[in-house]
Amino acid sequence: MASRFTGWKNMPIAAIIPWPGSTRENDRSSWRVLKPVIDQEKCVRCRMCWTYCPDGAIVETDKPYTTKSGRRYRITFEIDYRYCKGCGICAAECPVKAIAMVPEEV
Amino acid sequence: MVAPKFRTIWDIPREEKFAPGHSMCQGCAAALIVRHLMKVVGDAAIVVQATGCVEVTTTTFPQTAWLNPYIHLAFENAGAVASGIEAAIKVLKRKGVIPRDKKIKVVAIVGDGGTFDIGLQSLSGMLERGHDVMYVVYDNEAYMNTGIQRSSATPYGAWTTTTPVGSKWRGEWRPKKDLMGIVLAHRVPYFATANPAYPVDMLEKFRKAFEIEGPTVVHVIAPCPPGWRFASDKTIEVARMATLTGVWVNLEVEYGTPRVTVKVPKRKHVKHYLKLQGRFKHLTEEEIAKIQKMVDEYVESINKWVGEEAIGPVTD
Repeated sequence: MASRFTGWKNMPIAAIIPWPGSTRENDRSSWRVLKPVIDQEKCVRCRMCWTYCPDGAIVETDKPYTTKSGRRYRITFEIDYRYCKGCGICAAECPVKAIAMVPEEV
Repeated sequence: MVAPKFRTIWDIPREEKFAPGHSMCQGCAAALIVRHLMKVVGDAAIVVQATGCVEVTTTTFPQTAWLNPYIHLAFENAGAVASGIEAAIKVLKRKGVIPRDKKIKVVAIVGDGGTFDIGLQSLSGMLERGHDVMYVVYDNEAYMNTGIQRSSATPYGAWTTTTPVGSKWRGEWRPKKDLMGIVLAHRVPYFATANPAYPVDMLEKFRKAFEIEGPTVVHVIAPCPPGWRFASDKTIEVARMATLTGVWVNLEVEYGTPRVTVKVPKRKHVKHYLKLQGRFKHLTEEEIAKIQKMVDEYVESINKWVGEEAIGPVTD
């Protein structure tokens, strides 16, 4: 962040940014109007939302999950709400409509 | 590390090589393209990027979304700088500074303005000299980050702020520039057109372009919600419809042999693609018929070129 620079004498020359991937520090949750919520019961783990998310906000984890009807999955898809901008592509592309777009509460 | 062949979406590596938290728009297809591109090229790439949407939004000083060595340059010289870096790597390998067998590829990521208009001469020079550079064009069909001005990639009939719609002007009056023809005139080893709605096909093309030695170009359509005037959740739908109507043909040309990778046996009428986007909403029936005729001619030329009916007749 900007606080890393202490005075103009310590500025890197030629606008070099020595911190790769530092946009991870940003919180983009204020961009959202609607927030996606995954229904883990309905989700069939097809990976479509993960593939089509432009912001890499859907995270594939190795957490096992068993649905109420007894179906077992080895992976779970979760949303990292720090980076989700609320575009709604995941909900539009989900083949089983397991993602709902819920209005953000103030 | 070079990724193996992509056959299903489960072959896409899980690890993110492009940091989230950048400030690209909601539903930006270019963000999706770059995210997948970096998964394919991994750590072995030096990214060269001309000014454009992705550059402006990912390198907001003092932050960067890139995890690779990255250089930002002027609008017109992406090809020239990529050539220079590639030549420098060659010399350093010859002098023994870098191990000879180390895979380093220069990847230029440029928008349509930096390729079709401003950077065309440096691209041409790079292709003609045969530098080992992978050149990716994300084509959102106008200068989007400065406020939707037309570029030579803007298709016929599209509204932009510099091709307005009124009593005298009916949007863009010229058809899209044929980048494929320009690139293939340089006899490059690999050229492909890709579509983010077909991710496995797109990643396989990135992988091939990354592995083939010599100048390779991948031209990717990047639907832009604010510029094309559609809701941010429709990005993939618009991209998919571009292929289903035959406006965008997913093909690859490997050492001069063309092949259509996503075949469309029954293509849809172009109005299904146009009606999704607000930039085409002024079009009359005659104008839509004219666009359909242009698409028909394009599809016919592609079918003739590949020697089979890869894109079928209009049915819907």
